[in-house]
Amino acid sequence: MVKEIERVGLPAVLICAIVPIAVTVGANRIVRAIAIPHPTGDPKVEKKEEIEIRENLLRKALKALCSKIEEQTVFK
Amino acid sequence: MKRVRVVHYLNQFFGQIGGEDKADIPPQKKNGPVGVGQLLQKESGGCFEVVRTILCGDNFAAEHLKEIEPVVLEWVDEVDPDLFWAGPAFAAGRYGMACGTMCKAVQQKLGIPSITAMHSSNPGVEAARKEIYIVETGDSTLDMKRVFPKMVALAQKILDKTPIGMPAEEGYFPRGIRVNIRAEKRGSKRAVEMLLKKLRGEPFVTELPIPQFDRVEPASPISDLSKAVIALVTEGGIVPRGNPDRIEAHNASKYCKYYIGGINDLSGEAYQTAHGGYDPVYANDDPDRVLPLDAARLLEKEGVFGKLYDYYYVTVGNVTAVASAARYGHEIGELLLKDGVQGVIFTST
Repeated sequence: MVKEIERVGLPAVLICAIVPIAVTVGANRIVRAIAIPHPTGDPKVEKKEEIEIRENLLRKALKALCSKIEEQTVFK
Repeated sequence: MKRVRVVHYLNQFFGQIGGEDKADIPPQKKNGPVGVGQLLQKESGGCFEVVRTILCGDNFAAEHLKEIEPVVLEWVDEVDPDLFWAGPAFAAGRYGMACGTMCKAVQQKLGIPSITAMHSSNPGVEAARKEIYIVETGDSTLDMKRVFPKMVALAQKILDKTPIGMPAEEGYFPRGIRVNIRAEKRGSKRAVEMLLKKLRGEPFVTELPIPQFDRVEPASPISDLSKAVIALVTEGGIVPRGNPDRIEAHNASKYCKYYIGGINDLSGEAYQTAHGGYDPVYANDDPDRVLPLDAARLLEKEGVFGKLYDYYYVTVGNVTAVASAARYGHEIGELLLKDGVQGVIFTST
């Protein structure tokens, strides 16, 4: 899906726990998520810390949307 | 007759440990067959004996492929089998990735022939089809009865070093290997015949399929993030409580769009997941763990980006047909572009 969104000309970043799958399906901008059932959260930590984790993931994702790339890129 | 010693790799579901709630279990070993391992033995007419079963939760395996590989290799090596057998995984993506990756590792690093089976939509196919034989299956376990005899027959040929037929005859995914054969008619004759068939609109089979690398050229990046409109999209199935539009838990037939203007946080009272392919406990407790609205609002307030788009798009990506997913992605992309969105954050489970 994310590849098709990018195909119409919109930069799209995939936040996904399994980076090898993201690469196989052809996503161009990839950010590694926390885990499969909670990609943008971590139930093991305090709520406040969890929101910070989520914020940092989104900052990384936004950076990916602003980066000029030539090929599939995993943003660390 | 000497029995073939097999090590069998299974996920938590086929390993009879549990469903999605057990998808986090790390690898464990059991001696002897478990679940479908019995069927494997039966279908081989007793020729194959499962001496060990290695089980691992789907989430654990998919998230730690590199870490579990040495563990699996050690446990396989301990019992010195003739064959490593994984799955079948059908259309289960996490399981397929694990089956493909483990087969490849066992065959390449231990020199033990390995075999698995899955559906063509499974990402595990691309991960390993060039290195190992992957038998093609349907997308659900209904195909189990048909697939086991095929796997047994192919495995037997690999072990006996009998020549293996072309992918279409034997039912495995093409490995990209060219084999010289003597054809009855010379190339020019075959080409003209093919061309004539094509002109008449008759079916024909090409001798050289052109590989299709479906890669998309990266779109231009956002130039001024502080003014950009950003949209959230997910295949994680976050919907208003009660799932008013009834997005299916499995092979979703639609995507939906929900208004989030003025909403700063997704609560478990108002939203839930409709996805049937992962443990829903965490998402139902706090849906921001799949659709990160609260954090997006904080960044919007801080001025990191211009504005969050007033709606989010959602579907359920659980054994969803690739063609449907491609169509949903295309349509959502067009709609967002028309509405002036400049970048998309897509979360996947």
